[in-house]
Amino acid sequence: MSFRARHLLGIQHLAPDEIKAVLDLADKYVDLNRRSIKKSDALAGMTQINMFFENSTRTQASFELAGKRLGADVMNMSVAQSSVKKGETLIDTALTLNAMHPDLLVVRHGASGAVNLLAEKVNCAVLNAGDGRHEHPTQALLDALTIRRAKGRIQRLTVAICGDVAHSRVARSNLILLGKMENRVRLVAPPTLMPAGVAEFGCELFDDMRKGLEGADVVMMLRLQKERMDGGFIPSEREYYHRYGLDAEKLSHAKPDAIVMHPGPMNRGVEIDGEIADDINRSVIQEQVEMGVAVRMACMDLLARNLRAERGAKAAGVMV
Amino acid sequence: MTLFLENARIIDPEAGTETIGNVILDGGLIAAIGAATAPKGARVIDCGGKCLAPGIVDIGVKIGEPGERHRESFRSAGLAAAAGGVTTIIARPDTNPAIDTPEVLEFVTRRAAEAPVRIHHISALTKGREGREMVEIGFMLDAGAVAFSDVDHVVTDTKVLGRALTYARSLGALVIGHPQDPGLSKGAAVTSGKFASLLGLPGVHPMAERIGLDRDLGMVEMTGVRYHADQITCARALPPLERAKRNGLDVTAGVSIHHLTLNDLDVGDYRSFFKLTPPLRPEEDRLAVVEAVASGLIDIICSMHTPQDEESKRLPFEEAASGAVALETFLPAAMRLYHAGAMDLPGLFRAMALNPAKRLGLPQGRMAEGAPADLVLFDPDAPFMLDRSKLQSKSKNTPFDGQRMEGRVIATFVAGKQVFAMGETQNA
Repeated sequence: MSFRARHLLGIQHLAPDEIKAVLDLADKYVDLNRRSIKKSDALAGMTQINMFFENSTRTQASFELAGKRLGADVMNMSVAQSSVKKGETLIDTALTLNAMHPDLLVVRHGASGAVNLLAEKVNCAVLNAGDGRHEHPTQALLDALTIRRAKGRIQRLTVAICGDVAHSRVARSNLILLGKMENRVRLVAPPTLMPAGVAEFGCELFDDMRKGLEGADVVMMLRLQKERMDGGFIPSEREYYHRYGLDAEKLSHAKPDAIVMHPGPMNRGVEIDGEIADDINRSVIQEQVEMGVAVRMACMDLLARNLRAERGAKAAGVMV
Repeated sequence: MTLFLENARIIDPEAGTETIGNVILDGGLIAAIGAATAPKGARVIDCGGKCLAPGIVDIGVKIGEPGERHRESFRSAGLAAAAGGVTTIIARPDTNPAIDTPEVLEFVTRRAAEAPVRIHHISALTKGREGREMVEIGFMLDAGAVAFSDVDHVVTDTKVLGRALTYARSLGALVIGHPQDPGLSKGAAVTSGKFASLLGLPGVHPMAERIGLDRDLGMVEMTGVRYHADQITCARALPPLERAKRNGLDVTAGVSIHHLTLNDLDVGDYRSFFKLTPPLRPEEDRLAVVEAVASGLIDIICSMHTPQDEESKRLPFEEAASGAVALETFLPAAMRLYHAGAMDLPGLFRAMALNPAKRLGLPQGRMAEGAPADLVLFDPDAPFMLDRSKLQSKSKNTPFDGQRMEGRVIATFVAGKQVFAMGETQNA
């Protein structure tokens, strides 16, 4: 078994064979999810707690469904409105939960590195569901699965990641994953939304979207946060759409069979034209949502296997 | 009591020499250097050929009094200083409340008597460090303030700053600035670049320091004030500093020992003990700054000792408090520069003792007959593993925890009295 990680904190910590192991298992869960009886007992008897310090309906639902289909007992803690408001620290919240013996802890937090910090303090497997502008590993894995199923491979592709790269954990996890799998990664963004030093990661940088899309196999759009639209980073929403919104004309510069992706939720008419988003011949946005559940099932299954092995070894008195 | 320190490797930062010899301490002063025999009745300490240097004069130490005594008291800071070879602490005014009235200054002066080392105080430059009204600079000088600074609060209103600097100049006061453009550096947790992008942390471009320095130097040129830049940490701030000195402005600059010995990659996996103000820089900057200290362009090395309790550091990196304790690790960390061949020992003590004392008009920092007997005896080669739980400071937030260090303080003397002794050398 090639998946060795104890937690899933970021793509940064995964080796290519571990990424492949997740995708291979996720393919099987895609099949399961398409059956009328979508049930496995991979996580039977295990407790999964979803802890979202930032609200996210979609990701939380996806993790919840994934856990339930694998037979785990799933609890959602909406920490955004609870004890954190009363001044409890992240670590205290983690320790409190840890005392309840969860097996899988799914965490989203607004601060980069917060999930890493939490993982140091608990005994269970921790899955990062997005931390600040750092990483969102399951999103990158589900994107990789979507690409692999659409293109037949996840190597030697030209992928253009477009939009607010600077504030995007999705972009970060994706560019790390795509780099590890030996793809050509292009970042397309206005210079104010391009993070410093990313050229050193081996990405090609473009502020002209047409040039950036030239010959691309995959066009990955990013969400532009509302609060960043006015004046601060870009002059206006309409100028952004004009220069960086994906429409049919800009897409025509990519390969004729290029696929269009978006992590959702979309701002139609801001970063993506509604018609492109709904074009079943180009857009794989709905597939991404489907792959999301399967990938999260695969990640939790693999982490649970490692957790069981670790506990078994501990019970047998073996050092791991 | 007369002390006879025999067989010492005597470090003289003024002459730039190292010689083997004996030193006599009497009446709180260095009575003689090079004497052959001990005076009658003197206590003899065999230095075993180890290094004897002027004690460190540390500009910019945060002590939690008033307001945060749970983080550091004068007593705990003093013990940490003695253990680290720091014989004079120049304490910062970023306390709560700020040291901005003669009454608060009198309070801290009284409290400082608890410490086994000398302590002088920096006054705030503006009331509450809010950048609106200057403090009573004259009264503060009379009450013993050795310099004026709002520490990391940059006075953004240049009209207010200009008046404060002009007033300070008329009284001959030294003003310590924090060269940093507050707009660019707002919200930053690390230096911008590849590593910051990888961690997803908000970064500040080193240009913020250059712009801050350029502005401050303009204000110095305009007012003629005596100015010291607290920390110059990046390569691109060096040319304007060099130019200002060449043009005859009364300007000096410092840098923290952390910025000389660590770089931005040390933050690693969000280790908040490495979160500093300004943030740690890339290796190219560190090397440039080390070279600037060696050449004398940067005059002073300081600790920027900033105690933080566990709670304020055990947070996600962005939310964690900034700063590190450094009094006790100052000398061992400085030995890294010595062992790396970047600086010799007289050069290091010029930057750690002689220059800061000279800048503040203090008689310390010299290895000369008649100078105050504030000395540190240390072994530059003694290896040890740093265990933060053993630090004297109330706060244990050191970036050197668990690291291998070389260089230990054996004994520290203030005004001719031994205030620290390590292990078996005690009462030797």
